[in-house]
Amino acid sequence: MDTTGYLQRYSDWDRMNHWALVILFFCTALSGLAMFHPSLFFLATLFGGGPWTRILHPFGGVLVFVSFGGMYLRWARHNTWDADDRAWLDQAGAMLAGRAHQMPPVGRYNAGQKILFWWMTVSLLVLLVTGLLFWRPYFAGYLPIGLVRLATLAHSLTAVALVIGIVVHIYAAIWVKGTTRAMTRGLVSESWAKHHHSRWYAQMTQQKR
Amino acid sequence: MSSLQSLDIAARSATTNPSPSVRRDPEVAKLIDVTSCIGCKACQVACMQWNDLRDEIGDNDGTYDNPRDLTPASWTVMRFSEVELEPNRLEWLIRKDGCMHCEDPGCLKACPAPGAIVKYSNGIVDFISENCIGCGSCVTGCPFDIPRISKKDNKAYKCSLCADRVTVGLEPACVKACPTGAIRFGTKDDMKEFAAVRVVDLKERGYQQAGLYDPAGVGGTHVMYVLQHADQPQLYHGLPANPRISPLVALWKGVLKPLGVLAMIGAVAGSFFHYMKVGPLESGED
Repeated sequence: MDTTGYLQRYSDWDRMNHWALVILFFCTALSGLAMFHPSLFFLATLFGGGPWTRILHPFGGVLVFVSFGGMYLRWARHNTWDADDRAWLDQAGAMLAGRAHQMPPVGRYNAGQKILFWWMTVSLLVLLVTGLLFWRPYFAGYLPIGLVRLATLAHSLTAVALVIGIVVHIYAAIWVKGTTRAMTRGLVSESWAKHHHSRWYAQMTQQKR
Repeated sequence: MSSLQSLDIAARSATTNPSPSVRRDPEVAKLIDVTSCIGCKACQVACMQWNDLRDEIGDNDGTYDNPRDLTPASWTVMRFSEVELEPNRLEWLIRKDGCMHCEDPGCLKACPAPGAIVKYSNGIVDFISENCIGCGSCVTGCPFDIPRISKKDNKAYKCSLCADRVTVGLEPACVKACPTGAIRFGTKDDMKEFAAVRVVDLKERGYQQAGLYDPAGVGGTHVMYVLQHADQPQLYHGLPANPRISPLVALWKGVLKPLGVLAMIGAVAGSFFHYMKVGPLESGED
């Protein structure tokens, strides 16, 4: 296709990795939610009933962690915090009110995206460790009951936090028009880049010349 | 393991609307008088026989406890404790361990599978195995360390207080087999009355701290003990002095479960209305 007026934001591998994670995350999150609240137990049907839901959920969780690991290794360096992020965050209210033009210049990711990245990183780490601690029949039986109880509580709490983070992530992609193309085709328009990531735009166009 | 057709269900795991409960039965209780137990294990044998369970033959660990612990196929075990409260006066405390059938059952509170654990209106707490998903949350929720998950089928098992026998007007198998009358069964009120007489008797015989174990922290239990040292229940193989559902489990199921769902729905609803209020963020050609 003609890519004039577009910039490459994500490589093929970035995107395959991201969408594999999406599928794994949905399977794991829905099976987890089935066991979280009775009103959501019907979701267990999607996985072949209660026992299968219980069996599959932790394996899905491990795959989510591994899959996110690939993205972490490639993107962590773009998500380090710098002084400009502070300024962006101070203006976050204006962003939410739809006045994006008031925002300070942004590099590859804005402060909100960076916070979400670390939110997901920390959540998944906590979910992995706590999940292992009460994984039956493999581990829970060998650990003190107090630890199993604490792990169960922390796992549920973190899962809620992660789901909320993902809702924000999905909504942001829908809200900011032109964003989803970055993950479906790997491309964003130059106009999108100029509006939302002007420092990254400058960097990319300099490289091009 | 019992029937699902009962009309006297007081509570059902992972269920937010009322269970079939038009029929009310009087509250029952099993009273275990530790002071008249001789440790013969007839109750264990009767339990195996009625429930048709045969545990693996284990090994001896230097105590009389046989098997060493509760298992998916051993729903009750005699726990032998040798204590010397006064020098040179050995006391052999023998406690029949098993499900206490709490009025506020931690297993039922923790269970995520609808109808896998029920509490009947007579107070019996039973596992309905066909609904069990094998997650082990009942173990996490139990303040008495009772449920055991089978390695064979990943289902949880424990004493049913012979719910099947009680339903048709029989006493539990262990009660029937006890040769000294140390295990009794009846309405909870009757059992408390009987226990009170036993406690007076024990006090007259010098056990000033004798008393009934019916812990209030779990709303009382439908298996109660008469203890000669009711002030120190932990002497009886670690029977907890103040059992209650762990605050971690209460936070998980009592607070996080409803508020977590609300927060997640809130995030979705908030996003939707934000879009409708603020509208999409456009950037020219897109």
